[in-house]
Amino acid sequence: MTGKIQAKAHLTRERVCELLRSLLRIRRFEEKCAELYTTEKIRGFLHLYIGEEAIAAGIIPVLEPQDAVVATYREHGHALARGIAMGPLMAEMFGKQEGCSRGRGGSMHVFDAATRFYGGNAIVGGGLPLAVGLALADRMQGRNNVTACFFGEGAVAEGEFHESMNLAALWRLPVLFVCENNLYAMGTALAISESETDIHRKAESYRMPAAVVDGMDVIAVEAAGRKAIELVRGGAGPAFLECRTYRFRAHSMFDAQLYRSKDEVEAWREKCPIEHLKTWALGAGLLHAEETAQIEGEVAREVAAAVAFAEAGTWEPVGDLARDVHSPGALA
Amino acid sequence: MTTDQGGTVATVTYRDAVRMALQDALRRDPRVFLMGEDVGRYGGCYAVSKGLLDEFGPERIRDTPLSEGGFVGAGIGAALGGMRPIVEVMTVNFSMLCLDQILNTAATLRHMSGGQFSVPLVIRMATGAGRQLAAQHSHSLENWYAHIPGIRVLAPATVEDARGMLWSGLVDPDPVIIFENVMLYNMSGELAEDAGGVAIDRAALRRRGRDLSLITYGGSLWKTLGAARQLAGEGIEADVIDLRSLRPLDDATIMESVARTRRAVIVDESWRSGSLAAEITARIVEQCFWSLDAPVARVCTAEVPIPYPKHLEDAALPQPAAIVAAARAVMGR
Repeated sequence: MTGKIQAKAHLTRERVCELLRSLLRIRRFEEKCAELYTTEKIRGFLHLYIGEEAIAAGIIPVLEPQDAVVATYREHGHALARGIAMGPLMAEMFGKQEGCSRGRGGSMHVFDAATRFYGGNAIVGGGLPLAVGLALADRMQGRNNVTACFFGEGAVAEGEFHESMNLAALWRLPVLFVCENNLYAMGTALAISESETDIHRKAESYRMPAAVVDGMDVIAVEAAGRKAIELVRGGAGPAFLECRTYRFRAHSMFDAQLYRSKDEVEAWREKCPIEHLKTWALGAGLLHAEETAQIEGEVAREVAAAVAFAEAGTWEPVGDLARDVHSPGALA
Repeated sequence: MTTDQGGTVATVTYRDAVRMALQDALRRDPRVFLMGEDVGRYGGCYAVSKGLLDEFGPERIRDTPLSEGGFVGAGIGAALGGMRPIVEVMTVNFSMLCLDQILNTAATLRHMSGGQFSVPLVIRMATGAGRQLAAQHSHSLENWYAHIPGIRVLAPATVEDARGMLWSGLVDPDPVIIFENVMLYNMSGELAEDAGGVAIDRAALRRRGRDLSLITYGGSLWKTLGAARQLAGEGIEADVIDLRSLRPLDDATIMESVARTRRAVIVDESWRSGSLAAEITARIVEQCFWSLDAPVARVCTAEVPIPYPKHLEDAALPQPAAIVAAARAVMGR
């Protein structure tokens, strides 16, 4: 794989451990969320990113602190990769006021001003115009920031996708569009919803540089992400990255998965981004088995502490119901 | 002409007043920019932004493609990113294409982020019928927007408000939608040249009477004032309330008037079912029931798509004759 061979030269042991830790934090956090869903600690919709972790873990750490991130309702991985602490994230899942959105958003609406994390947008395609506007504001104010906008391949069928691609390209705005192509828009397969299934080709029609990458390979994603972010920050306008990936779990917790075969799921599980990285790094001598165990242990402790933090969190008083509908003092 | 304070007063059209407000905002605050379909080179569909491109350039008077969802959403993003965008949606008729962004993003971001992000965005839209533009270009959907918590909805009916509400709306840290009735753009009025912002959360008593309260907003204000003059000739003196703010509604001004006159007629250029007139009626019943001497009456648009022929369009919309008739009926005459 070219991305890996190119990247290998400057991959240090530390970097491999960081990537593994990043993937594992998302995986173990979400496995715990699924468990907590069955015990009704977490309610509402819960969309797990399991299987797709390499995309957020590969791209987001390449961003600078002043850059912006716009994500979807399947955004726990992006939030963790961006540096939102696991405790407040878990408290948000619980709906506690110690959550990163004060509990008002839940799983689908994670926000964080400190890391410029703009959701947590749960209308498919709705986050794309927002990313265009954030980039427009950066451009108009002379800030050399990048806005990374993550969305699934289902969003590509929406008008807002095309409107946003056109606006970003027309105005040469610094947006990195990242399509997480997991092949299913809820239960609708790409092949029965799109006339052009090579998604990156749509971006090319907007005269936007576009690439496709194996979204199960964190090293390849990181290399492609780095290249695209450099391009965008260099003032070339927006860029587009299609990451081919797969959701191992159901769409949400209410999905019987009638639309895909167990064989297909199993075949993709074989490409698990965590196992993939571990096998390769162990073989390349960049990782030792005991380091893997150590990281696993540390992540398990972090998840346990996050759950404890959320459990210890408090419920917002009902008297605060009308809070944050308007800015303080703006409206009675 | 001079004001009491010695300032200069000029006669301007409503269109001029909006343009002056835009100019003022663009000059005062470098974060302000105007974005929308045909706002630049064309000069605005209703010629509101004519000349602004020359003064402020294409970055700040930004022509957009026909992408209401895209550019309203971009306005929201730009507001989050520190700008103070004014987004013009050519008319309310096209705003269904950006309703998702207004309802699901602009109005919810502050709340679902736990108060971390606010959206200081102003959206302007033309609204209303009366120009024989038929069923798809004659809507009055202000009440749809007034239904949504998290946004402020304004309807300037005078040149003073056309100028002042934009500035006050820009100062508001939350999303504001301003509806400009298409029949008002050519209307003239007197405006102090140093006119600034206006209060945006109060209704205005435009005429003081004693016998009944006529409650209205936007383009219907002038028809209602005409009806009030006719009623005065018959010895019926009406309060005329201009709501100005459709969300929030200024209950205090409405109830003060109705408690005093004991009768109310609401004039609203939208379809009756689920209208703002229905909401105001409910509030009067809730808050002033024991003061009422007659059932509350409504004059709304007939529940048909707006027809093209002038005589049928006129028949569909609230007109002074219907307002007078409704007023007489609640007076028992």
